[in-house]
Amino acid sequence: MFLLSLHLADDALILGHRNSEWTGHGPNLEQDIAISNIALDQIGQARNFYQYAAELYNANKDAYTKTFSSPAFHQVIGPIDEDDLAYLRDAKEFRNHLMVELKKGDWAVTITRQFFMSLYQQLLYSDLQYSADKRLAAISEKSLKEVHYHVRWSGEWVIRLGDGTEESHRRMETAIDQLWPYVGELFIPADFQLEAAASGQLKNPEYYREPWLEKTAAAFDQAGLAMPALNWYQKGGKLGIHTEHLGYLLAEMQYLQRSHPGAQW
Amino acid sequence: MEKQATINLEQQFQDRVDQDIRIEPKDWMPEKYRQTLIRQISQHAHSEIVGMLPEGNWITRAPSLRRKATLIAKVQDEAGHGLYLYSAAETLGISRAEMIDQLHTGKAKYSSIFNYPTLTWADIGAIGWLVDGAAIMNQVPLCRTSYGPYARAMVRICKEESFHQRQGFEILLTLSRGTEAQKAMCQDAINRWWWPSIMMFGPADDASPHTAQSMKWKIKRFTNDELRQKFVDICAEQVKILGMQLPDSELKWNPETGHHDFGKINWEEFWQVISGNGPCNKERIAARVKAHEEGAWVREAATAFASKQAQKQSAAVA
Repeated sequence: MFLLSLHLADDALILGHRNSEWTGHGPNLEQDIAISNIALDQIGQARNFYQYAAELYNANKDAYTKTFSSPAFHQVIGPIDEDDLAYLRDAKEFRNHLMVELKKGDWAVTITRQFFMSLYQQLLYSDLQYSADKRLAAISEKSLKEVHYHVRWSGEWVIRLGDGTEESHRRMETAIDQLWPYVGELFIPADFQLEAAASGQLKNPEYYREPWLEKTAAAFDQAGLAMPALNWYQKGGKLGIHTEHLGYLLAEMQYLQRSHPGAQW
Repeated sequence: MEKQATINLEQQFQDRVDQDIRIEPKDWMPEKYRQTLIRQISQHAHSEIVGMLPEGNWITRAPSLRRKATLIAKVQDEAGHGLYLYSAAETLGISRAEMIDQLHTGKAKYSSIFNYPTLTWADIGAIGWLVDGAAIMNQVPLCRTSYGPYARAMVRICKEESFHQRQGFEILLTLSRGTEAQKAMCQDAINRWWWPSIMMFGPADDASPHTAQSMKWKIKRFTNDELRQKFVDICAEQVKILGMQLPDSELKWNPETGHHDFGKINWEEFWQVISGNGPCNKERIAARVKAHEEGAWVREAATAFASKQAQKQSAAVA
């Protein structure tokens, strides 16, 4: 459960961080507010999952301590908290999907990624809210309410941009081409997901592939966008093998915590 | 005859203002009143929008998840304030697009304070405490300003601003109780933001040409110097809680006036920054123009989609 909670937190934080790069720079004020709101929801979800992961870690430190090799992380005295997990781990210790760490790109990339991830989170949390693990169930139930809105908002934008102008249609096609190779990873189980599946806490993520494709195809159909034909996918995020982008994101995000070890903010 | 009618209207208008009856969008108003309000409200809206940039600068580097979330929420609030204010100005017969164009071409001004850089995390605290603090001092009287839509927008804005100010102070308080490096960071930010903050009240009364007319119309209810003095008095006390100092060797309590005396403001710097020579003037406008231009295709797509939908609907009805 520790790695699963950490993985869910990492996805939410990194995607939230990327979306927050729009704050102050959105295409208009209304959408600046909307994307910032989604960033806030995701950072809130990340905090809940990190807090749970930190509790599990503290309760069974001997079992988990070797999970991380970052020296900064091991300098923490006493129990760890959400910020130690977010700010003191190195890139290879993050377990988010590759898709969330890619650069924010233009509005089409941001929207398409949000739609892909929100659909996935919607399917996942809809099941996880009934998990035997009460904490994961509670966080998922709470997050799901937000994710329903994210799916609706991003789905409406997929249709609006797909069926807007020639330029917006073309940009959507480019965004889909760019992101599609990262879709497959969502449905390829990592060991910690298989373990959780074996103990009945979680469905094997493969299970979500078909419903996800179905919902995506429905939105694309309305938007006049074609489903890509692709069967080769990039993967590795859940094992800690990331794209080049994550290192830069973390360097920026973590620098203040790292340069003032042990300080309170 | 016509001239007489206008004089009567002006008298009626002034009577309403004197009786503290709110002026509403459809009421007759002197053209100069309308223009003054458009200038002031749009400047205020632009200040909110440009103000998102120096603070947004620290969102991706905020030192904890809680601080990151709070900062996003704060900058998002500012976008909301911009929206209310643009809407209030639109009731006076100018469109948001026109106002944004005036900002981008330099025709309209925004608060000069946002032309200063945010160099450390402590700046986010100092902006909350000092810049939002000065803004509140200016804005609370505007909740009673004579123009209805502006006054109502300000009521909502002031509530959120005072929340922001407390958050900013709390950031500084945490730093002031932290490591030596954090304390130094805190003092350094106060040193850099103090003087620009007290300049936010605008030129001294004897150099403020619009004040008398704005007071008569009750757009403004206190003079620049009155508000500035009030702000200095409050901050001089609050800084003690932080265990920090305001960077003014002449600042001291004067029992005779019942106020703090303070040093001379560098008005040369004030006018230089206003006229475009602040450290970040060009960057701030460039960032706004970039966001606007890069968003153009998105806005066009939304408009095109909406009109397609409207056509489909009317075809379905027919």
